[in-house]
Amino acid sequence: MKRRSENIKKKRKSGIDWLQIGFSLLILVIWQVVVVIRDVPEFILPSPVRVIEELIGSWQILLDHTLVTVTEAFLGLLASIVLGSVIGLAMGYFKTFRRMVYPLFVITQTVPLFVLAPLFILWFGFGILPKIIVVFMVCFFPIAVTFAQGLVRSDSGMDDLLKVMGASRWKIFRISRIPQALPYFFSGLKIAATYGIVGAVLAEWVGAQKGLGVFMTRAMKSFRTGALFADVFIIVLLSLVLYKIVEWVEQMVCKDMSNGGNIV
Amino acid sequence: MEQIVADNINKYYGMPSENSRRSYERLQVLAGVSFRVEKNDFVSILGPSGCGKSTLLRLLAGLDRDYEGSIHVDGTDLKEKRVPVCYMLQKDHLMPWRTLMENVLLPAEIEGADLKKEAEIIRPMLKEFGLEEFENYRPHALSGGMRQRAALLRTYRMRGDIMLLDEPFGALDEITRMQMQDWLLDVWGRHRKTVLFVTHNIDEAVLLSDRVLVMSSRPGSIVKDIRIGFPRPRNRDMLLSSQFLSYKGDILASLG
Repeated sequence: MKRRSENIKKKRKSGIDWLQIGFSLLILVIWQVVVVIRDVPEFILPSPVRVIEELIGSWQILLDHTLVTVTEAFLGLLASIVLGSVIGLAMGYFKTFRRMVYPLFVITQTVPLFVLAPLFILWFGFGILPKIIVVFMVCFFPIAVTFAQGLVRSDSGMDDLLKVMGASRWKIFRISRIPQALPYFFSGLKIAATYGIVGAVLAEWVGAQKGLGVFMTRAMKSFRTGALFADVFIIVLLSLVLYKIVEWVEQMVCKDMSNGGNIV
Repeated sequence: MEQIVADNINKYYGMPSENSRRSYERLQVLAGVSFRVEKNDFVSILGPSGCGKSTLLRLLAGLDRDYEGSIHVDGTDLKEKRVPVCYMLQKDHLMPWRTLMENVLLPAEIEGADLKKEAEIIRPMLKEFGLEEFENYRPHALSGGMRQRAALLRTYRMRGDIMLLDEPFGALDEITRMQMQDWLLDVWGRHRKTVLFVTHNIDEAVLLSDRVLVMSSRPGSIVKDIRIGFPRPRNRDMLLSSQFLSYKGDILASLG
C-alpha cells in the first residue's frame, strides 16, 4: 500500500497537475467575466486580459526594471547563503556564540524593515548596496537559524560511534552533523528564496532609480492599476521560479538523505 | 591472559531533584561492578533494562570517564588514555547518504588511512558478510539484516581487538535475529576478537558466549558469572539440551 501511494505521488510530481491549473484558470475566467459584465473601471480592478495586454505592451520597460530587482535579490540571497551558512555553522558549533547572537538575530527580525530601509539609504546611498542589505536582512535569518537547528539536533549514538572511531569534534561535524543538517538548511533557504524578491521590491519603494518597486510606486501614483498588476505578476512569477530552483537543488543534494536510512 | 580488568566500578548520573529546582540528586546506575575478561573470550552481559549494561559499555568504550573505580584494558587505565575498541549499537547508524562501501570505510577515513588499500581489504570480506553485490548500494536499499551485517563489518574494521556490542540484534525480528546469531558465531570463529555482548535475551547469551555475566536491576552489579561449557562450534541444537535448560534456570534464578 505504501509503495503504491508513493508511485502515485511520483507520477503527480513528474506530470502536470491539471486540477490546480484548471481551478486557477476558472478563477481568472470568473474575474474576467465579472469585470466585463459589471463594467468595473480599470483603476479599481483591471481584468486579466488587461493585465496581459499591459505585460505585452510595456514588456521592454518591465524587463529593464525586472533585471535590476533580480540582480539585487540574487546578490542579497547569495550573501545570505554564504554568511548564513557560515554563521549558522558557528552557531551550531559554539554554544556560547549561539547564546550570544541568537537574541540579536531575533531582534533584527522584529525591527520593521520600512524603518530600516530609508536608514540604509541614508548610510549607504541610493545605489544597489542598501537594497542588497535589506534582502540580506530578510533572507539571512531563516538560513542561519534552520541550519544551526539542524546541526544542534544530533544523534548521540552516531556521535558516540564516531568518537570511539577517534573522530575529533570538527570531524564529527564534517562527516555526520553537517550532511544531516542539510535538509534543515534547505528548508530555511526555501523560505529565504520566497522573501528575496519581495525584500528587494520593498527596498526599492523607499528610494531607487530602477526596479520593480519603482515601477510599482509609479503605477500606483498614476492609478495605472493594470500596470501595477503586471508588476505584481512578475514578482510572483520570479519568486516561484526562485523557489523551484532551490527545490530542485535540494532534490539533487538531498536525494539520498531521507529514504529509510535510520540515522535520525 | 586477562585483557579487561574492571575493579569496583560505581557510576552516578546527576538527576534534577524533585524537591528543589536548583539541586541535583545523584542516581546510582552501577554499584561495585568488578569483572575480568580473558583475551578472545565471548562474554555476554545480561540484565533487565535500565540496569546499566549500556552505561558499562560506554565506560569501556572510553566515552565517559566520570566514574569511581578503575578499568584497565591491556594494562592501560582508561581514565588516563583511550584504548581503541570496536563499538556497535542497536541502531545500525549507517549514513543514508553514503554507499555501503563508503559506510564501511568510515573508520579508516577517520583514522586517515589509505582508503584504496582499505577497500581492497574490505571487498573480500563483503562476501563473508553476505553483502557481496551490494558494495555501491545505499542503506535504504538493504534489508534490516543486511544493514546490521554492514554495521558489524564496519565495527570489525574499527581499530582494536575488543568488540563492544550493545544489543546489536535488538531491533531485528526473531528469524533475522537467529540468522544473525548463527552468522556472528561463524564470523567470530574465523576472526577472533574479545567480545563483550550486551543483551537481554537469555537464549542469545547462552548460545553465543563463553561466559554470561548477569546483572541486577538498578543500581547494577554483577550477581552471577556463569561459564557456558558448550563446545565450539556451537549449533542451535544445543538450545534444546537439558544442559541449556539448567544454564537458563541458573540465569533466571539470579535475575529473579
